[in-house]
Amino acid sequence: MSNLEDKLYTVKYTPDSESHLRPVDECCRVCKSKVCTKICPAGVYEWDEDKKKLIVNYENCLECGACRIACESSSLGWEYPKGNKGVTFKQG
Amino acid sequence: MEREENKIDVIVVGGGPAGISCAITIARAGKEVVLIERGKFSGSKNVFGGAIYAKPTREIFPDFEKSAPIERKTVEHKYAILGEEDATVVSYKNKKEEDAVSYSVIRGKFDKWMAEEAKKEGVYLVEETVVRELIVEDGYVKGVRTELEDYFSDIVILADGVNSLLAKQIGLRGELSPEDVALSVKEVIKLSPELINERFHVNNDEGCIYQIFGGPMLGMLGLGFMYTNKDSVSIGLGVTLSELIEKEIRPYDLLENLKKHPEIAPLVKDGELAEYSAHLIPEGGFKKVPILFGAGVMVCGDAAMFVNNLHWEGTNLAMISGKIAGETAVVALGKGDFSEHALSRYQEELENSFIMKDLRTYKDLMSGIQSRTSEFLGYYPKKINSFFEMFTTTDSIPKRQKYWDFIKSFFTDRSLSEIFKDFWAVVKLLWSILVR
Repeated sequence: MSNLEDKLYTVKYTPDSESHLRPVDECCRVCKSKVCTKICPAGVYEWDEDKKKLIVNYENCLECGACRIACESSSLGWEYPKGNKGVTFKQG
Repeated sequence: MEREENKIDVIVVGGGPAGISCAITIARAGKEVVLIERGKFSGSKNVFGGAIYAKPTREIFPDFEKSAPIERKTVEHKYAILGEEDATVVSYKNKKEEDAVSYSVIRGKFDKWMAEEAKKEGVYLVEETVVRELIVEDGYVKGVRTELEDYFSDIVILADGVNSLLAKQIGLRGELSPEDVALSVKEVIKLSPELINERFHVNNDEGCIYQIFGGPMLGMLGLGFMYTNKDSVSIGLGVTLSELIEKEIRPYDLLENLKKHPEIAPLVKDGELAEYSAHLIPEGGFKKVPILFGAGVMVCGDAAMFVNNLHWEGTNLAMISGKIAGETAVVALGKGDFSEHALSRYQEELENSFIMKDLRTYKDLMSGIQSRTSEFLGYYPKKINSFFEMFTTTDSIPKRQKYWDFIKSFFTDRSLSEIFKDFWAVVKLLWSILVR
């Protein structure tokens, strides 16, 4: 409904070359709710039905931590990006 | 060898309001303190509504009003109860010159300023550095492990925010559950100062805070907010994560709907989005406060769940808890005793302060509202609006009949037992707030 891309376009990111978010594929496969794909304020997670795997657009992460707490099986590997990487809020 | 070189008196993790207040308190007492911030600069990972409170801020920075990057002085608080299309707004305005209660600020500027002040007073600020774990030896926290190197100290203070993975690592805090946090999304929308003055009925440098109930969040445990900055408006909302999960709602869709509400839309019309952000708010309250200290370690600010959600206080609790942790560290350094017993002073001082007293006062608030969310944040806000709809409608129906129809509607809308449950919940809540 709302154009999330336009919103994220306003955010300054310094993306890392590797993800700081590491879902456990076996857990995702059996996860019923796939709740991370719904609540993430940056739409980081998408479910790839063909590959039965989460797509993680970690470059868009706002580092709020909601996915970590929401994860049904508490299996999501979540850490802060490296010190000079990730989001930089100018307005906050 | 390396260990001795990297040893200082205190390490503070997290360069937000809690960490900075803590570090500056320690530096002012002549002790060595390193403040480690994971972002490019202090404030760069931080999000709040937001306004900072004048009095608590003066406790740390007595003259901050002279040089800090302040947006607008709050002169008006508005409480907007939104129906689906209508709204009832209650406003309190106070323009007395000497009584600034709060100021809107931009964290990216204000936290940076605070950190610069801390540096001037002798705090070693290390930016762009993530503490990955705490170093624990013989039951004492002895230092921190970053990506690059280990730092050692007599005391480590955790001001690492709502997600505090470090407090979790050493067992001071358990895992948060979705009921304990609100997910907040916010937009900063550019508008000219003149338009802001006009739309919010304020003069230059004066501002207005909106607390928003209902609207797209009707029946949900969520609240909206709006703050005026110099040349922008911050608008956002926070909804308990458990509610978003249960209803499978995207938080930014709610914000879009809030911006479209007839009461809100004219205020942000034609504004350009400057920045979108998201953050978690610790809302668990008193019952979810973690263990606050251990041998060689203390926890403050959001990491300690220090938020008063009814009064929208967070930065003040962060600053004052940081200050108390800093004072405790100074006392402990003086005695050379960093044991759990020595640092228990932190808890005692917190108990004596408004921080634990207020958290205790509202200990049952969240559970009380959570037990009747759709009533307190759905049904009754709608009823308030329908009362005013009734009161303002002129339709040749005799007034007495209209009043009685309105009163009757409480009993026909829902069952008597529901009304009784609401009443009982309110009594219990008031009792817990006013008495015990």
